[in-house]
Amino acid sequence: MANPTTTLTGSASYEAPRSGTWDGGNEPFKASYGKLMMWFFLLSDAFTFAAFLTTYGMVRHRHLAYVGEAKDFFFSTMHWPIPEKVFNAFPGLHGVDIPLAFVALMTMILIVSSVTMVLAVEAGHRMDKDDVQKWLLWTLLFGAMFLGCQAWEWTHFITGSDHGLKMVDGSTVYGANLTVNEYGPVLFADLFFFITGFHGTHVFSGLCLLTYAFIATTNGTFHKRGHYEMIEKIGLYWHFVDLVWVFVFTFFYLI
Amino acid sequence: MAHHAPEHDYNAEGHAVHGKANVKPILKALAWIVGITAFEFLLAFTMDAGSLRNAIFIILTIFKAFFIVAEFMHLRHETKSLIWTILVPMALLIWLLVALIAEGSAVGEAIFGAAR
Repeated sequence: MANPTTTLTGSASYEAPRSGTWDGGNEPFKASYGKLMMWFFLLSDAFTFAAFLTTYGMVRHRHLAYVGEAKDFFFSTMHWPIPEKVFNAFPGLHGVDIPLAFVALMTMILIVSSVTMVLAVEAGHRMDKDDVQKWLLWTLLFGAMFLGCQAWEWTHFITGSDHGLKMVDGSTVYGANLTVNEYGPVLFADLFFFITGFHGTHVFSGLCLLTYAFIATTNGTFHKRGHYEMIEKIGLYWHFVDLVWVFVFTFFYLI
Repeated sequence: MAHHAPEHDYNAEGHAVHGKANVKPILKALAWIVGITAFEFLLAFTMDAGSLRNAIFIILTIFKAFFIVAEFMHLRHETKSLIWTILVPMALLIWLLVALIAEGSAVGEAIFGAAR
């Protein structure tokens, strides 16, 4: 891969790059500044998401668990719901109980988008502009598909079921908002909105970065620069979003 | 789009590119991730819920995370010092998890007592 210092052009560099060990000429990590900072940012972001998921664990342990057979499960604000009873809807199949199928589809879409992103990075290493464009477009498509799926899932979660949940005061609650929901304790819906929402925001930021990367690639910006490191940095971010989803999937949908 | 110059056929050193893409490790990582996810679904519908199943889910998730971080994010091919710089701080999260889960259980017990 091209070293950024060797490709510096223009009038910005009047003096030779400093190369002494204590002059900043030492690169113990053998990674560029930008890539290193992306790693450190992702590390801090991992702490944020871990705090969210740990909070989910804490709040869940603070509430009562449903005891009994899974087939006899009923929704109540008294106990934490079984995820596969909440997330069992599929677009176009109203009222049919298909546990976790839609989230499985979403997971696959995001993993495939991660693979197309690696392929874009790989094409960048070969300085193959056409391939970079192609794989960036696929990544954008799958990323947008994931976001669309999430929008559908949120809509379904907020709208709720046909029957709703009868409360002690005689009223019936349909769907969910931040103060009441038909699936279980208030905090269940709150954590759903915050955790999947924060992840969805990350996907959206990733799509903005990918759009920029596609435009810049098409304009030949990276090719003139002599390397496609920007694609690598955006790739790191995009894989991180996929990584977070793997954990959200396990802790929110499976356990 | 006008196709004026064959600029993308040459790299910075002037060598023709379009070499063969090396996608084998990428597809191998993908196969592992998809396989593990499929296995998780199998477990979700065939195994009774409980601590054992949750433990299996968490271990499998860490396996999937390994493939994403090591292969897709390329961390496996970075220097040792960079690998440890990223991984060691994550160990702090183990304590966060243990402490807050214990805290949540204690608060629940204080509220519900024998009902749990």
